[in-house]
Amino acid sequence: MTLTAGSKLEKILKSGQKAVTCECGPPRGADAEHFRHKASFLKDVADAVNVTDNQTAVVRFCSLAACRILLDMGIEPVMQMVTRDMNRIALQSNVLGAAALGIKNLLCLTGDHNSFGDHPQAKNVHDLDSVQLLAAVRGMRDDGRMISGTEVVGRPQMFLGAAVNPFADPFEFRVVRMAKKVKAGAQFVQTQCIYDMERFAKFMQMANDMGLTEQCYVLAGVTPFKSVGMANYMKKFVPGMLVPDSYIQRLKGVPKEKQAEEGIKIAVEQIQQLLEMKGVAGIHLMAIEWEERAPEILKAAGLVPRPQVD
Amino acid sequence: MVVAESKPVSEILEMIKDCKKVVVAGCKGCVTVCNSGGEKEVGILASELRLARKVAGTDLEVLEYTCERQCDPEYIEPLDDLVKDADAVVSIACSVGPQYIAARYPFLPVFPGLNTVFIGGAAEHGVWKEYCQACGQCIIGDFGGLCPVARCAKSLMNGPCGGSSGGKCEVGKGTIDCIWHLIYERLKNLGQLSRLENPWGFKNWSTSRDGGPRTMIREELRK
Repeated sequence: MTLTAGSKLEKILKSGQKAVTCECGPPRGADAEHFRHKASFLKDVADAVNVTDNQTAVVRFCSLAACRILLDMGIEPVMQMVTRDMNRIALQSNVLGAAALGIKNLLCLTGDHNSFGDHPQAKNVHDLDSVQLLAAVRGMRDDGRMISGTEVVGRPQMFLGAAVNPFADPFEFRVVRMAKKVKAGAQFVQTQCIYDMERFAKFMQMANDMGLTEQCYVLAGVTPFKSVGMANYMKKFVPGMLVPDSYIQRLKGVPKEKQAEEGIKIAVEQIQQLLEMKGVAGIHLMAIEWEERAPEILKAAGLVPRPQVD
Repeated sequence: MVVAESKPVSEILEMIKDCKKVVVAGCKGCVTVCNSGGEKEVGILASELRLARKVAGTDLEVLEYTCERQCDPEYIEPLDDLVKDADAVVSIACSVGPQYIAARYPFLPVFPGLNTVFIGGAAEHGVWKEYCQACGQCIIGDFGGLCPVARCAKSLMNGPCGGSSGGKCEVGKGTIDCIWHLIYERLKNLGQLSRLENPWGFKNWSTSRDGGPRTMIREELRK
């Protein structure tokens, strides 16, 4: 097995076993204890924990620091990095710093537009986009060169990831864009939260047909519903999020205090269905501010205990 | 053209609150075309300022003039006589205008009466849209003649992002076209979708404002 970074995530995926990553967002303040507490639920149930980088353009403590905290806790981080807030100087610098701290998985994103966040007056950067960031890090890792051509002394050994959203438009271009990310260096992708299983199956078929799943591991994104309110919100207000009415009806059909349990049941069923799909290499669980429920979801889905790799 | 919109009169009144006499200077270029700074708008703004100050009991004398252009020093010159005993000039050209006026009259305050918003064009009567960000190295040939730098909210070179839905951008609540959707459709129509198969490399922003304020020199015209 040839490894680029030798992270646990990379080893599990390359061994052919289904991987599990979970998302954990840093707080809107400097409360490290709060972050440690949330992450502690994920320690033994995920192969790696994905740390968001000011998601939805809301200021939180930085991804790099949070990843360092995870390393200290014995948890493998996947560092997310968005191109919205930093130019190529800062991005490359942070990649080098992250590698120096022992971070081995990097998820390259463009990021949500700042107009959705808590500082809509901010100046955005967008010097690079996610595809270009992938290419930049791959260049540093494989060719030992920065974008400028400057030699990198001590190459950042990163297992490179990207995001894909099969539910955005134009649908038929989504796999082409994924292929572009693979060409730029993506070794794994994690998807937007999947609710429309039919459309996702179609997307996976196209990705399989193009041979993409042989070049890149697909982690299927799952976000459990906490309530029918959340499901309705996602359907109405999150762009590119297709939530079928059948799930909403199912949540509506149980008393309010049972909706969370029903949401978890749906997530478990989804995980099981997704793992059956050809080309799905693992699950990316985004239990948003609900990290404490991740273990039971993953256990019920038969994904715990996690495999051990050297 | 450069598209600009009027500042609220209250903001202009605040800027000139200590003045007793001002010149409102328009421009017959872009801002005339986009109905914000031509002869007609000079007249309207002058009347509004006079009236507001009259109501406030602090009469204001307002002189009106519309320059041929405000982005050429020679067309600023005709203001020389008008500004002689004025306390300030309110320019309703794009933001180039007030700066040319400031350069010509070192001791005269000048205020902008417009907000310069973008380089663009009319979409329909009364609606203008942004088309260009003057990045200094036009790349639209790669994108079916459409500009992702100015027209994608994230200036993506490898779009569309996950926020493209039904041909619209997630920014702007459905009012902005996803330019990447349009690029995709156009290249499909042209039979050139293969142009979008490979990652578009790193853009050189040094030709944009990021390289510092720009000067264009055409030696053959200087002779």
